[in-house]
Amino acid sequence: MHADLWSMAFVFVLATFVGFQVIQNVSRLLHTPLMSLTNAISAIAVVGSILIAGEQRTTFSTVLGTIAVAASMTNIVSGFMITDRMLKMFRERGRK
Amino acid sequence: MAEHLTQASYLIAATLFILSLRWLNHPSTARRGVAAGVAGMAAAIIGTLLHPGLGYGPIVVAMIVGTIIGVPLSRVPLTAVPQRTALSHAFGGLAAALVGTAEYFLGVSGNGEALTPFRTGALSAEVILGGLTFTGSLMAAGKLQEMIPTRPITYKGQNIINLSLFAIAVIAAVYLVARPDQWWLFVLILLLSLAFGVLLIIPIGGADMPTVISLLNSYAGLSAVAMGFVLENKVLIVAGALDGSSGLILSIIMCRAMNRSFTNVLFGAFGQVQAAGAAGEAKTAKSGTPRDAADLLENAGSVVVVPGYGMAVAQAQHRVREIYDQLTKRGVDVKFAIHPVAGRMPGHMNVLLAEAELPYDALVEMDDINHDLPQTDVVLVVGANDVVNPAARHDKSSPIFGMPIIDADKAKACIAIKRSMNPGFAGIENELYYADNTLMVFGDAKGVLGDVVKELSGESGGIH
Repeated sequence: MHADLWSMAFVFVLATFVGFQVIQNVSRLLHTPLMSLTNAISAIAVVGSILIAGEQRTTFSTVLGTIAVAASMTNIVSGFMITDRMLKMFRERGRK
Repeated sequence: MAEHLTQASYLIAATLFILSLRWLNHPSTARRGVAAGVAGMAAAIIGTLLHPGLGYGPIVVAMIVGTIIGVPLSRVPLTAVPQRTALSHAFGGLAAALVGTAEYFLGVSGNGEALTPFRTGALSAEVILGGLTFTGSLMAAGKLQEMIPTRPITYKGQNIINLSLFAIAVIAAVYLVARPDQWWLFVLILLLSLAFGVLLIIPIGGADMPTVISLLNSYAGLSAVAMGFVLENKVLIVAGALDGSSGLILSIIMCRAMNRSFTNVLFGAFGQVQAAGAAGEAKTAKSGTPRDAADLLENAGSVVVVPGYGMAVAQAQHRVREIYDQLTKRGVDVKFAIHPVAGRMPGHMNVLLAEAELPYDALVEMDDINHDLPQTDVVLVVGANDVVNPAARHDKSSPIFGMPIIDADKAKACIAIKRSMNPGFAGIENELYYADNTLMVFGDAKGVLGDVVKELSGESGGIH
């Protein structure tokens, strides 16, 4: 248990550093799509929601989990779709 | 075996998420980033569904419902993207709070994992972050949609009340870690964080929305991290950390672009008590017609357009594009100066101008364009105000003093399109409008620009 706590803490710290490095290089032109894309990515909460909804241990937990899956799925679908829609609009001079 | 497959899918997902963000470093590779994100998400979902003993009924129903809500939300007009973003932060916070609540009550009733101190602490963090992100983002979306008054609402002792609520929630969480069976403490934490989210956004004004949306983005990511710690799931931790750091970086950029600190944005209630300083001074602005503006523009060698939130409100980006076409046809060099906080979310202006099919290499960041402005013939200000106010450079009494601005006043001439002389947000007078080389054109940005386009295209008919 404790070993796992520490390995999770390592993952968190390293991922945060990777995040800082990668995000700092994102073009400033694309900050709105960046936000909708990270929004879709953080809907990875769907993983936890699926487990709660699918394990069906109590009615209460199944209902909460199901709503959580719907909320996460909304973010996944709308987040990726709107990001792509916006990115399609960015064109270079002279390119149609 | 299934367990290994699941973990492998999570590793693939985490890798793809990092690549996805990496490819956003340039517009030419950005769409590949979306594809990588989708693939990563699909891998994670399939890997999770492999988990033995899951009942798929509720999951499938919920996924269909989510898709039905999600598709229309992805087709909103681009001027409504800030509200959509705030709304999706709310959904993210909601999912985290619900999963946290379900996990806690499963634990306390003996149906789930035991509530160790570590697990209880992580659950509390998940519910606090999820709860305040949920209600805070709903409030932000309401303000952006103008369903709730956008001006800052303040009252006496506001900050003390807000901070006390938050402090009580944290203290309750500490008690809960010691006594995880005291479920009323968990309910108290949940209610306090929901209330805190609402109260946090009430005093925030429209112009601070870019920072606040970015901060809420960060909180939504951190709530996913907390969920990852609860479930001991590393892909949640990685994706949440990426989202959290992205939101944090964006909010730092926004704060810097306004020369303000986080605490000032969150607790400062910007522009609330703004005395009408130096009133009575009779200043006159020079006003002109669209014809005058067209004359100035077509005789210029170089033009820089400064768009602001007013352009989004008036939906004037397509007229701006027509002016760009008319002027470039005549050989005029046209560029766009983008202030980081122009609009209601980071990058808002870029997306609107891209929608109007303006090439992205004509969009220039504030720091890069300011060198060129003294040599620029005409600056055209469309719906921007505070970001071109020279008071930010020299007037120490101005609330925006110290904020980096686009030096529109340094150009040889300036045209500003505005609905009236009323000072904009925060009631700050803009001396740019009274400068000798500034021409004010009054009216709705879309209408005025449409008239300018007509003048420009009519002129090519040849009445000289």
